[in-house]
Amino acid sequence: MPEVVPSTEAYLMLSGTLFAVGLIGVIIRRNMITVLMAIELMMNAVNINLVAFSHRFASLEGQVFTIFVITVAAGEAAVGLAIIIQLYRLKSSINVDEASELNG
Amino acid sequence: MNVAFLVFFVVGTIAVASSILVVAMRNPVHSALFLLLTFLCVAILFVVKDAEFVAAVQVLVYAGGIMVLFLFVVMLINVRHLPDDRTLSRFWKGGVGVGLAIFLLLATVVRTGTYHDQNPNKKLLRSTASHRVRKVTNPDGSVTRKRVVRHRTVGNSEAVGMALYQDYLVPFEVASLFLLVAMIGAIVIGKRELSAPEEETSPDFILKRMEKEKEVKEAMRKEAMSA
Repeated sequence: MPEVVPSTEAYLMLSGTLFAVGLIGVIIRRNMITVLMAIELMMNAVNINLVAFSHRFASLEGQVFTIFVITVAAGEAAVGLAIIIQLYRLKSSINVDEASELNG
Repeated sequence: MNVAFLVFFVVGTIAVASSILVVAMRNPVHSALFLLLTFLCVAILFVVKDAEFVAAVQVLVYAGGIMVLFLFVVMLINVRHLPDDRTLSRFWKGGVGVGLAIFLLLATVVRTGTYHDQNPNKKLLRSTASHRVRKVTNPDGSVTRKRVVRHRTVGNSEAVGMALYQDYLVPFEVASLFLLVAMIGAIVIGKRELSAPEEETSPDFILKRMEKEKEVKEAMRKEAMSA
C-alpha cells in the first residue's frame, strides 16, 4: 500500500496563498529590504509547486529545477541587496518611493 | 488522518501565518526572522513530499546564507534613523485587492483543474539510472552490443546528484557561471567610491586609510615604472 501524503491540490493551495501574500508585500511595502524579502517568499511558493508535482509524477526534474531556482534566488538577493546599499548611500533612505529619478 | 497530514496542516498554518507577519511587521529585523521561520516550515513540507535533498539545500542556502545576507544589510543600514511614519505605500488598498484577486484566480485554477494521473512508483524519486554496454552472444554465434539501463535504489540525495551531474550537467555549469556573474556584479555595485562631498562628511579614519591606499598605489606604480 502506498504511503498516503497530502494531495498535490493541498500543496498548490498553500503555494498560491504564499505567492499572494508575497505579491501583496511587494506592492504595499515601502521598505526596499522588505520588498526583497517578499520576492523571496514568492520564489519559495514556486518551489513548493515544483516539489509537489515532482512527487506526483515521481520524477526528479522538479527537484533539480528547485535547486536552480534557489541558485537564482541567491544571486538575485546578493545583487538586490548591493543595489539597496548603494541607493542608501546615495539617498540616505531605502524607501521605494524615493527612488524616482527615472520617472519621466 | 495520519502523521503526514497532521504535519502538513500544522506546518502549513505556521508557514502562512509567519509569511503574513513578514509582510505586516514594521521592523525589518522582525520581518527577517519571520521569513526564516517560513523557510524552515517550507523545508519541512519538502521532506513530507520526499525531497530531502532540496529541504537540506533550502535550510543551508535560504536559512543559512540569504537570511544572514539580509540581516547584515539591515544592520549596515541603520533602521532606527529612518523616518518610520508610514510603512505602507499609498496604493496599499489596491495592492491587497490585486493580491486577493491573484489568490482567487490561483485557487479557482487549482480547484477546477484536471491533473495528470499520479505515478504510484515513488521509488523513482530515490533511484539512479546507470547505462552500461554489454556484449550479448546471439544464438547464431554473432556478438552484438546492447545498452543496458540499470535502476538502483539509493537515497534521494544521491538520486538528485546523479540527475544533476548526468542529465543536467550543462544547466548546472551555467548556474555556476551565473553565480560568478552575480558575485562580481554585487561586488562592483556595492563598492564604495568616495565622492567630493562625501569626503567632507566621512570620518577621519576612513580618509586616512584612503590616503594611505593612494600612497601605496603611487609607490607601486613608481616601482613598476622604474623596473
